[in-house]
Amino acid sequence: MSRSPRASGYFRTSYGQDLALVQTRLERTSLGVFIVALLALPLIASPFQLDLACQVFLASIGSLSLMLLTGYAGQISLGHAGLLAAGAFTVGILFREANSPFWITLPAAAAVGGLLGIIFGLPSLRLRGLYLAVSTLALHFVVIYLGGEYETRRGFSTGIVVDPPKLGGVSITDARAWYFILLGAAAATLLVCLNLLRARTGRAWRALRTRETVAEALGIGVASYKLLAFVISSAATAVAGALFAYYRGFVSVEAFSLFLTIQYLAMVIIGGMGSLLGALLGAIFVTLFPYIIEIGLLALPGAQRHASLLFAMNYAAFGLVMILFLMFEPLGLVGMWRRMQSYFLLWPFKHRPAAGSRG
Amino acid sequence: MQLIANITVLAAIYALLACGYVLIYRVSRVMNMAHGELAMLGAYLLYTTASLFADHPVGAIAAALVLSLTVGVLVYVALMRKMTGQMVLAAILTTIAIGILLRGVIVLIWSASQQHPLQALKFSNPSIELIGGARISTCAALMVLATVAVYAALFAFLRFGRWGMRLRAAGQNPLLAAQRGINLNAIYALAWALSTLTGSIAGMLIALDSGLDQTMVVIGLKAFAPALVGGLDSLLGALFGAVIVAAAEVLAIHYIDPLLSDVVPFLVLIATLIVRPWGLFGTREELDRV
Repeated sequence: MSRSPRASGYFRTSYGQDLALVQTRLERTSLGVFIVALLALPLIASPFQLDLACQVFLASIGSLSLMLLTGYAGQISLGHAGLLAAGAFTVGILFREANSPFWITLPAAAAVGGLLGIIFGLPSLRLRGLYLAVSTLALHFVVIYLGGEYETRRGFSTGIVVDPPKLGGVSITDARAWYFILLGAAAATLLVCLNLLRARTGRAWRALRTRETVAEALGIGVASYKLLAFVISSAATAVAGALFAYYRGFVSVEAFSLFLTIQYLAMVIIGGMGSLLGALLGAIFVTLFPYIIEIGLLALPGAQRHASLLFAMNYAAFGLVMILFLMFEPLGLVGMWRRMQSYFLLWPFKHRPAAGSRG
Repeated sequence: MQLIANITVLAAIYALLACGYVLIYRVSRVMNMAHGELAMLGAYLLYTTASLFADHPVGAIAAALVLSLTVGVLVYVALMRKMTGQMVLAAILTTIAIGILLRGVIVLIWSASQQHPLQALKFSNPSIELIGGARISTCAALMVLATVAVYAALFAFLRFGRWGMRLRAAGQNPLLAAQRGINLNAIYALAWALSTLTGSIAGMLIALDSGLDQTMVVIGLKAFAPALVGGLDSLLGALFGAVIVAAAEVLAIHYIDPLLSDVVPFLVLIATLIVRPWGLFGTREELDRV
């Protein structure tokens, strides 16, 4: 596994150590502190901050699954919003038509997502790069059309209202309960991703991304691993969409425009390709970005005059930030973080010693 | 008859937009996802020049065309120069980001409400009766004429022009072209300029016909389908692709369901990708298959 730079004096002597998720005492303590902080956050946060945190968790599920597909398996997808929509609509439709509880709708959403993953992934067996991007884009429009068609046919032209899920007769509406549910979901997704990546599957995906022909020669079933990447990523995305539907209590095709896909791609790019930490950082950045812009705009003189421009301002600034990252920091926030780490690790030197020379 | 007229007009719109995709892809292997936004920007530029040169509609149109050419060159020089030849994903994402940026900037400058460049230019748009009782608006007729003119000009330019030949050479093999003394940067800039110009012409005519707002972006995206159906590196293909997609769309709207209009191009696109991914007239070697 590619590891971030480490201070001297720590050497791994067995494969088990190399695979372990938490390796040093410092890592263990900081992880513990982080978990306690996350658990304690709802006690002090305002409802608005809780909502922000929930949005970040939802976004991280989506961005982690996109990172698996694009950052590790190297398959481009422009259909992410379509998959989210599929999950959300599975919940909406099952709830409206059959009044299903959440323990049926969530697995159903995952199943629909997995199925769509096969459909989205099939072109990848034949197409690559740009053509794959286009085919997933086309499928996005098909899914959105089907959702819109359902809305108009059944007379929910403004959207489908979904009641909050019931657990033992009590419906979950409390913001704190949602915080813990979504935190759990995001943490579970992260764990699944970590485990997939340090096992055979993850190694196969990385080989596949680097060079397909070589991967094939090494005995990796290229077709099945590609499809697997699409299926896992799509199922997780659809579950994120389903949770989104429950969290908002409302499903409508308008929420799943192409811009949403672009936002998820931006999370992957801004966070840093090929890193789960990057997916999380990207999710935080992109989710909080519009609020930062809003605060910035309101701080300017004549704030009321600018308020109507907020939406456009968001678009423009978002596009600009994306361009800046693509051009000047293709490794994203993680790249910055790594550079900072090695700066402190190597201090007072500037460069890593040349390979082979033991210092 | 009306159906045939509708198909012709829509095919003209698609063809005019699709040739922008083809030009850039053929020369630099980049898919320009910001084409719809660039077309929209061209239309807004016309709206501004129309109010600046209130008494000279021809001058206003000429100024808008020159401006959109400049925009194309600027987009390449400032942004895409670094991205051409990079990973597919990075290049596509850069064009997407340009699109988002343009969308925001356009609303910031011109506001999100619908504009009518037609009135700003003080033109009228009476409908014309064709043989067989079909009716189309003057601007739609102009659109068809413009498409014919643009395609004729592009064919002549690529076939006989010195720069057209260089463009084809750069598309075929950039390395050899560069070694023969062809300035690749200039060629790529030229491709972007031409693509933005043709896109802007389409954008302006659509805006003249039916008003100007953010929905034009969707038309721009839909126009990618004809480009791919015909083959991403073939102008002739774009023409045929436009007719096929337009026919499918108009017939589906007429006989099945008006809501289908936004998906039909993409359904045709998926069908093409399954059966013949390189398109009707595209080069087969384009796709590196396992």
